[in-house]
Amino acid sequence: MTTFNFKNVYVKSESVIVGNTEKDGPFGDLFEDYSRDPYFGKSSFELGEIEMTRLAISKCLQKGKIKQADVAYGTDLMNQLTCHYLASELNCSFTGLYGACSGSALVIGHGAMMLEYGSVHNVLCFASSHAQTAERQFRYPNEYGIQKKECSTTTVTACGAVVLSNEFSDLKITSFTMGKVIDWQFKDVHDMGKAMVPAAYQTMMDHFYDTKRTFDDYDLVLTGDLGKIGYAMLSEMMEKERFQLHQKLNDCGILIYDINHQDVYCGGSGCGCSMAVLLTHVFSKLRTKEMKRVLLVATGCLHNVFLTQQNQSIPVVAHAICIERS
Amino acid sequence: MVYVYGFLFCGGLCMIAQIIYDNTKLTPGHITSLFVVLGALLEVLDIYDRIIEVCQAGAFIPITSFGHSLTHAALSAAQREGWLGILTGLFDKTSSGISFAIFSAFLVALCFKPHD
Repeated sequence: MTTFNFKNVYVKSESVIVGNTEKDGPFGDLFEDYSRDPYFGKSSFELGEIEMTRLAISKCLQKGKIKQADVAYGTDLMNQLTCHYLASELNCSFTGLYGACSGSALVIGHGAMMLEYGSVHNVLCFASSHAQTAERQFRYPNEYGIQKKECSTTTVTACGAVVLSNEFSDLKITSFTMGKVIDWQFKDVHDMGKAMVPAAYQTMMDHFYDTKRTFDDYDLVLTGDLGKIGYAMLSEMMEKERFQLHQKLNDCGILIYDINHQDVYCGGSGCGCSMAVLLTHVFSKLRTKEMKRVLLVATGCLHNVFLTQQNQSIPVVAHAICIERS
Repeated sequence: MVYVYGFLFCGGLCMIAQIIYDNTKLTPGHITSLFVVLGALLEVLDIYDRIIEVCQAGAFIPITSFGHSLTHAALSAAQREGWLGILTGLFDKTSSGISFAIFSAFLVALCFKPHD
């Protein structure tokens, strides 16, 4: 049993700040705020990412009408996490979690567990990724001007922050499936979408098994950032298992950009990608009553750059959270 | 004719590199190193100097020329000064290129800021 069920975890407020390309994407109007400048008015990309996170958190706390949270969970994609640099300003207990692009579901899941089983009232969860800092971390610096491969994805510049609370509201988090790390000896770091497919599959199966549900019980099942190639592979695997998808399976990396008109290769990636799509597109669909129950399966490549350079494989993981209208 | 040969040689090398990049898991770093070694090898076999005669700038521009210059300088220094020349003369021809690359990178870094 890897699924934790919650009865008492509600969404108090949320906020998403994005960069240039995301603002021009299909969900452009849903985001709280944006910046055309990748530096966010700071002197380096890393400081820009911290500033973006700071903006998202302050807007989120403002909307939730609280001064500070009791506990905060944060994640991003940088070495040793950059979110620690603003954790001191939060003035609350803080844990930085690392799950690469699966970080969004990981922080929300841990926040929900803290609310359900701990004695706190407000938990702040945030995830951020920034195109320029993450490309340097995982691929090559943009200044190097490398040719990207067609199977590569584009890191989303976005930060999503959400305050969870045990006060009743219109949306609630009902379960969290903590994923198992899978290593299928896949080594191509240019094709991370494909690498993460088995993890998404495993976590979905675990979730369906634990909750005794199938695709029919959900209005939408979203994977984190598989991109076009990974999404096609996962759909094929699901259909082989005789699941009726009925266009209920989709991918945040494909949704966040206009994939046919924006120059983003296979789609978006990064923990900001799944967080941004969840907090805007999914939440608005749930609130307008077009949907009742949505499953987010955020996927992540947990490889260490030094180890992949030593020809080691890429361990992958996926975490799932279920969001419902209360 | 020199222009045509130059274009064919340099373009052909780039095409090979692109085919390798698209079809293998080799990184640009691997491919560049491979071509430096290839240039050095062609120089040892006394082929690269002949290619330069025919293609001129077309053979000087691609990275293979770096391998050729390294080997050429080392060998000619070895002829002048003996075995020690291989070590002292290795960067004779390439030092100007390396220094210029560093200097121009410095100038560009002074004037511009990276963007998305």
